[in-house]
Amino acid sequence: MGDIMTKKQKKVLYRIIAAAALMLALHFIPARGLLKFGLYLIPYAVIGTDILIKAAKGIKNRQPTDECFLMAIATVGAMAVGLIKTGDYAEAVLVMLFYQIGELFQSVAVSRSRRNITKLLDIRPDHANIERDGALVKVDPFEVPVGSIIVIQPGEKIPIDGIVTKGLSALDTAALTGESLPRDVGEGVDVVSGCINMTGVLYVRTTKAFEESTVSRILDLVENAAAVKSRPERFVARFARVYTPAVCIGALLLALVPPVVRLALGENAMWADWIYRALTFLVISCPCALVISIPLTFFAGIGGAGNQGILVKGGNYLDALSKTKYVALDKTGTLTRGVFEVSAVYAERGISSDDLLLYAALAECASSHPIAKSLRNACKAELDRSRVSMITEHSGKGVTALVDGKIIAAGNEKLMAELSVSSRQVDEAGAVVHIAVDGKYGGCIVVSDVIKQNAANAISALKKAGIKKTIMLTGDRAAAANAVSSALGIDEVHSGLLPEDKAERVKSLLEQKGKKERVAFVGDGINDAPVLALADVGIAMGALGSDAAIEAADVVLMDDDPEKIAKAIRIAKKTMSIVYQNILFSLLIKGACLLLGAAGIAGMPVAVFADVGVMVIAVLNALRALIVKKI
Amino acid sequence: MKKSYKIEVDCANCANKMEDAAKKTVGVKNATVSFMTLRMNVEFEEGADISAVMAQVLKNCKRVESDCEIYF
Repeated sequence: MGDIMTKKQKKVLYRIIAAAALMLALHFIPARGLLKFGLYLIPYAVIGTDILIKAAKGIKNRQPTDECFLMAIATVGAMAVGLIKTGDYAEAVLVMLFYQIGELFQSVAVSRSRRNITKLLDIRPDHANIERDGALVKVDPFEVPVGSIIVIQPGEKIPIDGIVTKGLSALDTAALTGESLPRDVGEGVDVVSGCINMTGVLYVRTTKAFEESTVSRILDLVENAAAVKSRPERFVARFARVYTPAVCIGALLLALVPPVVRLALGENAMWADWIYRALTFLVISCPCALVISIPLTFFAGIGGAGNQGILVKGGNYLDALSKTKYVALDKTGTLTRGVFEVSAVYAERGISSDDLLLYAALAECASSHPIAKSLRNACKAELDRSRVSMITEHSGKGVTALVDGKIIAAGNEKLMAELSVSSRQVDEAGAVVHIAVDGKYGGCIVVSDVIKQNAANAISALKKAGIKKTIMLTGDRAAAANAVSSALGIDEVHSGLLPEDKAERVKSLLEQKGKKERVAFVGDGINDAPVLALADVGIAMGALGSDAAIEAADVVLMDDDPEKIAKAIRIAKKTMSIVYQNILFSLLIKGACLLLGAAGIAGMPVAVFADVGVMVIAVLNALRALIVKKI
Repeated sequence: MKKSYKIEVDCANCANKMEDAAKKTVGVKNATVSFMTLRMNVEFEEGADISAVMAQVLKNCKRVESDCEIYF
């Protein structure tokens, strides 16, 4: 059994075994009367002393409505009934025994799942290596000031966010993103804490303090997630508060009213019979199946999602996600990669495409504009800047430069018009760069944002997950927006939006939706923070390393994969269906058993099943929420 | 001022009771207890003496659930 149980749990286990053995032995001892009572007191004391003590303390503190109290009353009562009438004491001991078995099972299940989930999120680094006088020293990551150089050996976790200053390696980001493909890093690359360094030694200059680093923020978020309670969780807590006293009163009435009525009618009161029924009633009534299984389900759902790189900030967001019917998505960075790439080159006669690209790249070699960058990236040859001189920027139009003695103009139609060069008309989504060589039109290059590989699957998966409408909200031009939306099969597009327009659109969605429907907004989290906060569920994409996103969103997708949106919804749906199954199942079984108990059809054995059995089944069902890898 | 504390408690219902007890303590603006993560998050009133308030929170919690512990 090893480390499955804690010391406390093992002690209970030994007591259960001892009491069970004693009960078995007593079964074969033919004792009668008070001797029998005395003998049965031994296993009862072994198994029930702590419950009785707790119940007494509860009464002393005027809080006499917990499970211990119910169990104490029920078993003491059953003993009394045995003593007065039936001479059967085994039932009381068995009830206590089964109660303890159930409690032990529950406590082991909870602590195991607690450990499972924290293991999934076991990204907390325990030390950082710093070079001091030529030797590596292990220090507490809390004590590393910003700007220090830390050394990360292969196999170690990166403790603090920073930039690689020396070394080449591959990083395992699985703990953060659920993505199993390693990421290659080298000098000048930003690395986030929580990743595992796999192959080479890395020297990293820290850019943040430990408590501001990704790993600390994520741990903080996860630890707080369980504190944000969902509607069903609050319902169960409130329910338990009213339910237990109500059942106690019910039991009291059951013990008193029918015998008194019978007496009044001149019949035999049958006190023992009715008291026994009332006690059965009490045993059934324990609300533990509900009280434990609902939070456990949410906890397991959040843990399972976390394992897939989906951080959910609380049970209530799983609730909201499961009811999401409208998904509004940002385009750039969410559905597209947010990186411009050359998508087409149209060279005129007499010039090759490669030359055209090379001229454009050289002319733009000094610019930091994203389009200029994409031109340089598309150019396979090494750019020799000494071939370029006299670069002139024409603001809002483009650049002119002298390349290899030729006058190169690269820019939009306005620039071409200024140079009185007639340019070709291009009807493609994206930015078009026209190039003129020595005053003659050379051709054009189309630069566009690239749609993420699995974006189309992501949208169809959303449809399959029951989303009524997908809406794209983008600041981009209509042509680019429509191209992306029709390629992906998005229902509605709004283009040319400023950030405040996006907020307006989401607001009107919120007004239009049905009462039980929810609106989710998916953004890359950097400039969409207000919209993320406005929607019922704000989902931030690709948040690895972005603090703003982690702050503003309710659900954080750690990697860039838009398919995770639908996955998050599916996980939420599974979790919520388990929650409702458990609520319904435990209430129905308990309700039925209460009626049967009151009618005298069901005795203590049924009562124990209604209490312990239902709880065990509900806990096992709750743990299913952890299994989300393949949904 | 918000702080998070590690707690020790045996059952979910007891955790709910601790939450209620903590909420009712003077100096506590809001409190949540998570049985799953065994943590208590406490939001204090402005200018409250945190260690004194927490001592009272522990006392109130012990009254409703004798078996609990709060580490602060």
